[in-house]
Amino acid sequence: MSARVEPFVIGGRELNSRLILGTGGFANHEVLERALAASGAELCTVALRRLDPAARGSILDVLAGAGVEVVPNTAGCFTARDAIITAQLAREAFQTDWIKLEVIGDERTLLPDAVELVSAAEALVDDGFVVLPYTTDDPVLARRLEHLGCAAVMPLGSPIGSGMGIRNPYNISIMVERAEVPVILDAGVGTASDAVMAIELGCAGVLCASAISRALDPVAMAHAIRLAVEAGTLARGAGRIPRRRYAEASTPEEGLPVFDVPEA
Amino acid sequence: MRVVVNGEPRELPAHTTVAAMMAGLPGVPGGRGVAVAVDGEVVARGGWERTELADGSHVEVVMAVQGG
Repeated sequence: MSARVEPFVIGGRELNSRLILGTGGFANHEVLERALAASGAELCTVALRRLDPAARGSILDVLAGAGVEVVPNTAGCFTARDAIITAQLAREAFQTDWIKLEVIGDERTLLPDAVELVSAAEALVDDGFVVLPYTTDDPVLARRLEHLGCAAVMPLGSPIGSGMGIRNPYNISIMVERAEVPVILDAGVGTASDAVMAIELGCAGVLCASAISRALDPVAMAHAIRLAVEAGTLARGAGRIPRRRYAEASTPEEGLPVFDVPEA
Repeated sequence: MRVVVNGEPRELPAHTTVAAMMAGLPGVPGGRGVAVAVDGEVVARGGWERTELADGSHVEVVMAVQGG
């Protein structure tokens, strides 16, 4: 079953799945592996941290076994300088030019630092990276990032891990209307309905980590959000009815029997 | 000479290369998914053999972990 659905292309790569899985927060590699299979995702984010001699098995083996591509992130970076070095390390470690760029401005909200983000994005684009910036839901900032040469823009719906859904759907839809690059909702999804909403608003894809990894049953939630993304895509292609303030009957009025007996 | 690797001081012979330092680190899983920065500059894998550490060098060795 396929309605009018535009292909999902990021950085010249066509993807079948519009769900990108963040691998953070899974209890262990085994749950991650099963959730990955249930999600149908083809792209997965990973992070870089100091070498841990006690680490048991590499996450890269899990992802390679599942046949998914790795997109490293710069999670935890607070300055453009740190994010740039982290991206360069990631390119070395994973042999990929793709980078999910996160430059955080505040520990409590984990909101992006717009100034540092723009500066890091500019440097990384110049250095040949395919830059996927995690950004606020500000359409003007999104356009700045796009014009710098980012391959997508990844606005938050609400803060990372908050599960608060999409707090400003109007901004997300303005972003989508004006962007020439894919808009991927990157944070705030709490459950399946949030993912449907993101796609119905016009987002090209959804990135989910906590909503899946921290669910009571991560594998079931991965499946649910996969279906949600598919449902949203079909619904968007099918073309929803306009919203109206008053009812519009779906049953014809014509032919309605009359039971009032006219008075003689 | 003394260098700092991932925040821990280490004594290494003078002229130790990045490659030699890495070979002496526990838990480098075949080097895959690992990258090195010395004093804030990334050292590409192709340069490990010819890059010598200096006294006081700050080395960061990173690996892939789960992350959003």
